Amino acid sequence: MAIDLDKCTGCMACSVACQAENNISFRTDESNKLRSITWMELFYLENGKEFPDYQYVYLPRPCMHCNSPHHSPCTFVCPVNATVRDEQTGIVDHIYPRCIGCRYCMVACPYHARDFNWWDPSWPKPMETMLSPKVSTRMRGVVEKCSFCHHRLNDARAKAYLDGTEMKDVTYMPACAEACPTKAISFGNLLDPHSEVAKLAKDQRAFRILAKLNTEPKVYYLSSHQWVQNLADNSL
Amino acid sequence: MLMDKALIPDGVRRSPFPVFAAWLLVLFALIGWGVYAGAVVLLKALNVTGLNDYFGFGFYITIDLGIIALGAGAFFSGFLFYGMSRFFPSLKELYKIINLAVVVGFVCYTGALAVLLLEIGQPLRGWFGYWHANVHSMLTEVIFCISCYAIVLVIEIVPIVLENRKLDAIRPLHVFGHSLHEIMAIFALTGTFLSFFHQGSLGGVAGVLFGRPFAYRTGFFIWPWTFFLFILSAIASGPAFTALICRAIEKVSRKQLVDRSVYDLIAKIVAGFLTIYIILKIIDTLYWALDLAPGFGFKLTDFYHPPYGMWLLITEILICGVIPVIILLIPQARQRNGLLFTAFALDCIGVLINRFVMTIQALAAPVMPFDSWQVYIPTMYEVAPGIAMLAYCALIISLAYRYTPLFPREKELNPIH
Repeated sequence: MAIDLDKCTGCMACSVACQAENNISFRTDESNKLRSITWMELFYLENGKEFPDYQYVYLPRPCMHCNSPHHSPCTFVCPVNATVRDEQTGIVDHIYPRCIGCRYCMVACPYHARDFNWWDPSWPKPMETMLSPKVSTRMRGVVEKCSFCHHRLNDARAKAYLDGTEMKDVTYMPACAEACPTKAISFGNLLDPHSEVAKLAKDQRAFRILAKLNTEPKVYYLSSHQWVQNLADNSL
Repeated sequence: MLMDKALIPDGVRRSPFPVFAAWLLVLFALIGWGVYAGAVVLLKALNVTGLNDYFGFGFYITIDLGIIALGAGAFFSGFLFYGMSRFFPSLKELYKIINLAVVVGFVCYTGALAVLLLEIGQPLRGWFGYWHANVHSMLTEVIFCISCYAIVLVIEIVPIVLENRKLDAIRPLHVFGHSLHEIMAIFALTGTFLSFFHQGSLGGVAGVLFGRPFAYRTGFFIWPWTFFLFILSAIASGPAFTALICRAIEKVSRKQLVDRSVYDLIAKIVAGFLTIYIILKIIDTLYWALDLAPGFGFKLTDFYHPPYGMWLLITEILICGVIPVIILLIPQARQRNGLLFTAFALDCIGVLINRFVMTIQALAAPVMPFDSWQVYIPTMYEVAPGIAMLAYCALIISLAYRYTPLFPREKELNPIH
């Protein structure tokens, strides 16, 4: 995934689309943001200067689906193999019925990309009928996270099977990328040098968050502001 | 009351039953409070705690790590007594306190297990740890070692329980208990192996987190340096904690229960291992602050912010590490009870601080530069089970002291005229 911060208006359409697509529950009181479930979270970055030099950008943060050798930070710590990285697609998935809710994966993730179900999931009355049948809801006491809309990949594969096309050529679009009105989010196969996302990853404006930690995130950001790039990684 | 008298070992004096019963009532009240809080956590889920998405680990994990480190007196005393005393006869002196060490270890581990049940979001899936075990996870190592070692501790405590006057009078139980005594060395050494790994893997839980520069350490093979530091710190504090418990029982019962030589021996053991530990800990801290963390773009001060300020590091290493080492290494200083037990207490507090910072502070420190510091405040539903666990520890130790010959030298040291 590549997210162009120069294009992002902070409208949060990506986050809303993600909530709706993935049956993310919410409560009537969401005042404690440290317990809100948000797979696509928006951060507000400032350059720390006074007016008129003051600048800010919005930074949407999905799961980074880290590509660090052997394991992602979260996958190798899970005691029950509830979170695993599919080495074919590179997607880090979470198996909710297997999760024991120890939260070790949350502790291991430096991006805070994982959320815990502190309560039983619930939706206001009419919304229950609008839940997507393609994504399982999560029970209380388990961790959940962005799946890069893995169910859409499954749909695309099913369609490819019926159409008789090659599985490796399957493409799909996660809900966040689809919903973005400015097309700030690009999605595709990073390993395919001809894909748009692979080209963007090599752009001069491209950077990754916390690259020094060697987590090898698969989400690239683009910004023409040097201070934004500097703020992405800790620098002495 | 007659039953109580009949169960008290021969030739020793115990407090009147009403006094003991009042003490038990206090403990039961605390345990009841903790059980209630635990039941609420199980029924209403972890939203009643102070945990959140930033603090996935909190009070439960901290107190578990702390109590398990302090309970290490059981395995290490067992290792020294059953394993090493044939090479170093002076270690046979530990015989006088080994029963207490086993009981302390037993209560610490079983208490920690009970609290761990509350910690997981899906307690009914706790067994998945055995069924879907991820061999790469340090937590898997913890799950296996803690449960195996708890079983070993149950086996180790059985002969102590069977030494009760009434139980010992039953011949089959006497024979069984005696037979267990004969083979106890095997269990003690098995327990040593398991507990070594267990203490280490608890350190590994923090040390392998390469996404958390506060906790992450490089290491040897698959084990980060925290693996070895946790073992050493547990070895250096466990026997001190056992000695402190023994001293507390002596103070409460107003009796001498072990020879002074036992404390002297423990002081020497603790001095040696605490010295090694604190030297390695200082080296580790310097390596972390000057090499490892800067490699991730952090400087030492990035990791400390009120209320989790630099005072924690100074208290842990200097006040609760270097000072007790100095006290314990000076023979004249450790001869004085006040200094000796202060050094033991500082040692234990230092290890508790270490477990706290490796759990809470490691999570409070933001990793993303645009993220913010968070403060964790536990709720009553976390504190109450923790206090109940301590009350449970006190309960079992009280019962063991009252009804079993916990201290082999008690009779000789306190003859009844």
